[in-house]
Amino acid sequence: MALLEVHDLEVNYGVIRAIKGISFEVNEGEIVTLIGANGAGKTTTMQSTVGLIPKKAGKVIFNGQDITKMPCHKIVKTGMTQVPEGRRIFQELTVYENLLMGAYSMKDKSSFKADIESVYARFPRLFERKNQVAGTLSGGEQQMLAMGRAIMSHPKLLMLDEPSMGLSPLLVDQVFEIIKEINKDGTTILLVEQNAGKSLAISDRAYVLENGEIVLSGTGKELSESEMVKKAYLGG
Amino acid sequence: MEFLEKLILGISDGGIYAMIALGYTMVYGIAKMLNFAHGDVIMVGGYSILIFFNTTGLGFAYEATGIRGTIFASLIALVVSVIVCTLLGIVIEKLAYKPLRGSSPLAVLITAIGVSMLLQSIAQLYRKGSNAVPIYQFKPTGIFDITMATVFTLGMSIVVMFSLTMFVKRSKTGRAMIAVSEDKGAAQLMGINVNNIIMITFAIGSALAALAGFCSLATGSSFVQPGYGSMPGIKAFTAAVIGGIGSIPGAMLGGILLGIIENLCMLNDTLANYKDAIEFSILIIVLLIKPAGLLGKKRREKV
Repeated sequence: MALLEVHDLEVNYGVIRAIKGISFEVNEGEIVTLIGANGAGKTTTMQSTVGLIPKKAGKVIFNGQDITKMPCHKIVKTGMTQVPEGRRIFQELTVYENLLMGAYSMKDKSSFKADIESVYARFPRLFERKNQVAGTLSGGEQQMLAMGRAIMSHPKLLMLDEPSMGLSPLLVDQVFEIIKEINKDGTTILLVEQNAGKSLAISDRAYVLENGEIVLSGTGKELSESEMVKKAYLGG
Repeated sequence: MEFLEKLILGISDGGIYAMIALGYTMVYGIAKMLNFAHGDVIMVGGYSILIFFNTTGLGFAYEATGIRGTIFASLIALVVSVIVCTLLGIVIEKLAYKPLRGSSPLAVLITAIGVSMLLQSIAQLYRKGSNAVPIYQFKPTGIFDITMATVFTLGMSIVVMFSLTMFVKRSKTGRAMIAVSEDKGAAQLMGINVNNIIMITFAIGSALAALAGFCSLATGSSFVQPGYGSMPGIKAFTAAVIGGIGSIPGAMLGGILLGIIENLCMLNDTLANYKDAIEFSILIIVLLIKPAGLLGKKRREKV
């Protein structure tokens, strides 16, 4: 049984049908990527799955539980969270307080110290800047903070929306390296990326989204060799 | 010397404005709406105190119970008023504003005005003897014209501002409030129940309105009538905008500033006549120079 199953998901923005009945699944331990052009519906898919925007139709099952109608803050407590597009860290709070917010949903406070230590170990820059107001961090540091904040809640499934957006090539490599590490430590990953080449390289499986529909799916390797993907997303 | 007296009275009145302004600013910061019924919550608080005294007869028990008894009765009345207003704030939010979440700001604004009119109309139904609240008339301190009520108000507003700042900065719920005010979506992704945080904000704002109403009855006119909350409400809203709406220190600063200016105007007979006009002109000047208010932050619009 898959960790996350999405069946016939439909999302509307007013009268516009943004997602036209897509189905996909993420198995435990996998890295799965949704690739697609701007406006294909990747972010919409992510946000409606986690309950941030309402679903028109369809069914979402996470860890054997039907979460279709659950509000976002409750879905997060079942073990799914998201690093949203544009990071959306809390600018007025310090780095430390942002990580504290990441652990907001944790009932058991005993692991907090160890968790924050491990975030600091993974992102030494965050430790250096722990008392700094998060709005003053650089883009790369903010991305680290958004990822650190998300893993504070011990998610079973971590969704990342365009984690490489706006970062320098060096930082992009680093972000993908960290995603691989987080996955190795036992967190299942659902990734949304415009950087199709890099994300397919680390993905077990991937789906190609076009105009709110899944047009192609396969293993990361299959898709990176597919003529259609090469032409549309890999620049030749 | 008269200057000093007016300054002290100004800070005390400013404390009252600040407590009301905090309600406006917190609700704006977190629910992104202007709660124009906020002033009327002060009025309901005043009526709660009046009705409490009228039904228990405690206010007129001076002869029987002595000064201690009347002070005690006033403090019980304060607690009653805080409880009534807190519940009222929660009920207003649940019934009037929550169903409108996500709809146009204009719809919310009109609803708020509607709630305000409704509360004032309900208050008109209460006609029972005098509207004078027999609140304990705190005796003069012997320094200038200052009564113990002013001292009480000063103390109360300092305690309120300090504890609210601490609550928002240090408590888990307070930090969640900051998170919700910055980014509702990201706050939900942390597992924060945004509806609960909005409810708590309304509860705190309304409790502060009740405290302000009590202080205002004790230091100023002790007659409540259905429009009792309108003027303090408008003044406090002005204070919140001067300080920067959405900013907690801004509301405090704006409130105190407005209170001081209002009382300093009293030093001159001509200025005294124009004190309201002067206060609102200051709002216009501040907005011209600093559109976000004195301590307000420029809102970064998301692209």
